[in-house]
Parts: sequence; structure tokens; C-alpha cells
Amino acid sequence: MRILQIDKKDWSAGLEKSRKDYTLIGPVKEGNNVSKFKELAAGEEPDFSITTTTMSPKSVVFPQSEVMFTFTTDSASADCNIMKVPEKSYSPRAVIGIRPFDAVAMKIVKMNFDTPDYQDPYWCDAYAACTFIGLAITDPEACDFSTSTGTGPFDTSGLDVLLVDAGDYYLAEVVTDKGDSWIQSASFDQEADAESVEILHSMRKEAKKKIESTVEFANIDKKETLDLYNEKYWDSISFPCLNCGTCTYVCPTCWCFDIQDEMAHKNGRRMKNWDSCMFPNFTIHTTGHNPRNTKLMRVRQRFMHKLKYHQSKYNMGIMCVGCGRCVTSCPVNIDIREVCKQMNS
Amino acid sequence: MINPYLPYPIRIDDIIVESEDRSLKTFKFVFLDPKDEEKFSYQAGQFAEISIPGQGEIPIGLASSPVEKGFIAFTINRAGKVTSHLHNMKVGDILGVRGPLGNPYPWDTMKGKNLLFIGGGFAFTTLRSSVVYLLHPDNRDKYGAIDVVYGSRSPGMLLYLDELKAWEARDDINMHITVDGTDDPDWKYNVGFVPPVAEEKAPKSEGDTYAIVCGPPIMIKFTLPVLEKLGYDHDHIILSLENRMKCGIGMCGRCGIGEQLVCKDGPVFTLAEVNNTPKEF
Repeated sequence: MRILQIDKKDWSAGLEKSRKDYTLIGPVKEGNNVSKFKELAAGEEPDFSITTTTMSPKSVVFPQSEVMFTFTTDSASADCNIMKVPEKSYSPRAVIGIRPFDAVAMKIVKMNFDTPDYQDPYWCDAYAACTFIGLAITDPEACDFSTSTGTGPFDTSGLDVLLVDAGDYYLAEVVTDKGDSWIQSASFDQEADAESVEILHSMRKEAKKKIESTVEFANIDKKETLDLYNEKYWDSISFPCLNCGTCTYVCPTCWCFDIQDEMAHKNGRRMKNWDSCMFPNFTIHTTGHNPRNTKLMRVRQRFMHKLKYHQSKYNMGIMCVGCGRCVTSCPVNIDIREVCKQMNS
Repeated sequence: MINPYLPYPIRIDDIIVESEDRSLKTFKFVFLDPKDEEKFSYQAGQFAEISIPGQGEIPIGLASSPVEKGFIAFTINRAGKVTSHLHNMKVGDILGVRGPLGNPYPWDTMKGKNLLFIGGGFAFTTLRSSVVYLLHPDNRDKYGAIDVVYGSRSPGMLLYLDELKAWEARDDINMHITVDGTDDPDWKYNVGFVPPVAEEKAPKSEGDTYAIVCGPPIMIKFTLPVLEKLGYDHDHIILSLENRMKCGIGMCGRCGIGEQLVCKDGPVFTLAEVNNTPKEF
């Protein structure tokens, strides 16, 4: 599809224009050096200075807490104990400045929530409402190992538009019709000249080269599940782990969730909340028996799921895009690249 | 898009106390909307999420049988928050159900074969569903000999006692009822744990018999070697697994054992399949 050139002085006006058709969502800095994706208030712009947000943009389609149903337990009500689907808006939302690996992560999570047998309507409707206006990574962070997980700094496979910051202007590679609709809504219409297209290609090569961190996982697929499961190294890998769950919360591909009922007097709501395989409560039975009752088992579960089970179930690669968030956020420096190396060796 | 988390509204139609210690009750439910009953078309071995607003949801195997129409039934042990609340509900109360969920026992694969059911304690529910299905005139001819080994701690803890006695009197099913112990001088069935009774009474496999085993972990642990001794291959031993569940549709992630999700890929697995997993259940 076409490639456009957007002068940076026209950027804000275009963004504002697109608000008539889209809710805008983008990366912003919050307190305590935490950055995340959120709805942009009028006049607020996505902060393109952040390369990897602290929290991944998975919350755009998979909020940390979401109301699934509301209900009343008041026996005087005709609807007592009947679940009601709350009104939700799935009007178009443009996710501006999502990084290519995070958009690929959305596609991985889609395998879980949009299946031939069941579709999670909350996730699927939110995902369908999104137009992903990605921002290429020209200056990768040290922990970025996305080129070896099947994506990369300029990967368009999860995106509708790829923006590339080329100094005074953005180059916008329109990937899908959905992306084209946003471009038109923002009234960006200057076709890029041949020279600019050349710049885009060379920047892509340049960015890929800058990523030095890699993982290899081809051998993991060949190994037997139980052989990997019974390896001795899980003891040393899990030793420092605090089971804090940070890795699972910052991860763009961790999709596990809990369902909880919350009550205020007789009014209730059924919630879908992020959960984590790092927590003992995740698997404990009513009897008190816990099939993953040790830290080692929980740490092993996370890495086996990401690097082995997912591949053997779907044959679509590993469940990791190489964003590096878990590496930078881990309080005890557990590094998935090192774990992958041991599993692959 | 169908919302797979939205329960069908149901009403408690009947409550039967099943055990002498009152820890087990069978709840018969009817759908508020008869159309929901059609949508809830199930096979023996499947489970459902029973949904009590304000309390939560619990995955429970269906104790009623597909050949029984107009209601669904579950036998429920009072154990945690939701089941304790349910035990205190009364006929007429409204709640919800989601399902049917998971895979049934492999009825097509087992056609023409002999079947051995081994059950212990209150894990007999989906086995009851299976036997009622098999004894129905439409189905009985499709399968070979049926043997049932079922045991509990005491006569008063056996589920569905009237039905067990009725099956005992039939000639198209071989019942081997047992209790761990009893002081009832009139007890005319077996006394002993399930594994030794199975060893003594259950048929040998000879390749044409499937064993379906449901019971507490300790019973399963000692029953599997007995089945091996009787010649059952690991792909002819069928288990129904349990793990903590929430969604029941393969999405929330917690019931995984390796790459298999107990809710969606199971809960029915052959022993051969289970042996290939990390057995985290």
C-alpha cells in the first residue's frame, strides 16, 4: 500500500482531526517513572519519547479489571440473580504509537481469546475496535531482543499503519484499509517521494542492526516436554524469584485472568481481573491441595508456557515478542534470555 | 457474538440429601427459558460452571444423563464458598449455569466395546450419568458388557443407592458395590477398598474393554496397577481430571497441565495422554 510523508508541524492538527471518528489512545508518562497506554484527553498527545512503556498496551483490549456482568441479589427484584451484560462502547479507537512488537503480542493473545470454539466478546470486540498506528523503533533499548522472536523494530505484521520518525517528518506506511481510514480521517495526504521511501528502507536496516540481544529456541521445540520439565536448572533459575508477578503484569503476551464477584450490599458485578501463574492462589484447590505448590513449579510454568507449551500447542513460535519488559522490571534480575538459552542448549 | 461467560438462568427444582453426613446433595435444576435447555445439549462426562451471583462459579460434572429430559442435576459436596452457599439455598431459588463444558467420555470410540466403570466416593456423578445413558433402550445394544465397581466409606455414603440396587437386579449390567466397612449385619454387597475389589471382580481387558476411572487420588493411585495387571493398555484407561478452574472455556489459563487445559482439552484424558503431561493436578 501507499507511503505518506507527514510533516511534524501538521501532526497535531491531524491527530485532532481524527478525534471526530476515533478515541485516541497512546503512551504517556505517569508518576514514579511508570509509563503506559491510556486514553488521550483533549489536546493530550502520545509521548513518542518512550520506547518501551513500563506497562504493555495489552490493557487497551484486556483491561486489568473489567466488569463482565452486573446483577442484584435482592429477592424483591424481578431480575434477582440474573446476570446483565453492561453497556460498553466499542466505537473506533486509534492506538497511536504502539510499538511493532506489542502489536504482534496482540496477535499472539488473540489465539487465546478468539478461538474456533469460543470467543471472549470483551477482548474480541475491543480488538476489532482498534486501529493500530504503530511507531517504528529507531533506537532500540538494550533488552530488546525482538528480531530473534519473529518480529522486529519495523515489523508491520500487527499494525494498520507504521510511522517512522525521520527527523522533521514522519513516514507513514499504510498497511491495511483500516489504517487508510485513519489516515484519511486525519487528512494526511502527501505521498512520500522516492527518496523518502529509500530513507525508510535504510532506517529499517539500521534499526535491526542495532539490536544485538538475541535468543535461540529452535532446539526447545525438538526436546520432549517432560525432559525440559525435569531439568535440574529450574532450581537455580527459580531460586531468587519472589513470585511477585511483575513479569506477568508487564508482559504483553500474558493473558491469564481471574473471575471474581464483587458486592456492595445487594448490588454486584462479576469482574474479569488479570491473574498470574506466579501466585499460589492461581491453582489451589478447595481441598487445600495445590498442584503447583512451590515457587520452582510456578517459575517453571511461566517459562515452559512461553517457550515450550505454546509452541507445541499452536506451532506458531514462542509466546514472547522480545520486548524486554520482564527483564528490566524483574526485581531480582531473572532474565528470560538466559532461561531460553539454558532450555535451548 | 455469543457471550460464553453468560450463564443460563436456572431454578432449583429439587434437592436430595445423598449422604448420611449431609455433605452431599443432588440439586435438580430447570431452565427458566426452555430454549436454553435445547442449547444445553450434553453428553455423559461433560461438566458445567454453576454460577451463584455474589458467590462465584464452580465447575461440576453433570450427574443427570442426556437421556433424562426436562432438568439437569449435579451432586455437590459442601466444600468451599460457593458449594456451602448452594447447600443453604432452597427449592425455587434462582441461579445460573454455563455449559456444557469439556469433552464427554469417548462414546463413539467405545462403541461395540465392553465397559468397566470404577468409581469411588462422590466422584460417581458422571459415571451415574454414563450408566443411565448406556442402560437406555436406545443405547444398550451399542455397547458390550458393562461392569461397575463402586465403593464408598460406608453404605450411608453411597450415592444413588436406590438406583444402584435397581441396577444390581438387572441382568445386562454387572454391579460390584463395596464399602470400606460397615456394622450393618444385613449388608449383602462387598466390603473392602475399591482396588482389591476391582482386582477380584473386574473383567480382564483382552483389548476390547475400556476402563473409566473416577475417584479420589488415593483410589486412582492403587487402581491403576490393578488395571495394568488385568491387561488394560494405557490408551484404554480413561480418567476425568480436576483442577482449579474459572472460565471453563480454555482462556483463563489456570487449569493447564503442560500444554493441555483440563477444562477444554479434557477433563477426560486417557492414561497414555496423562503420562505425557507434567501431571500438575
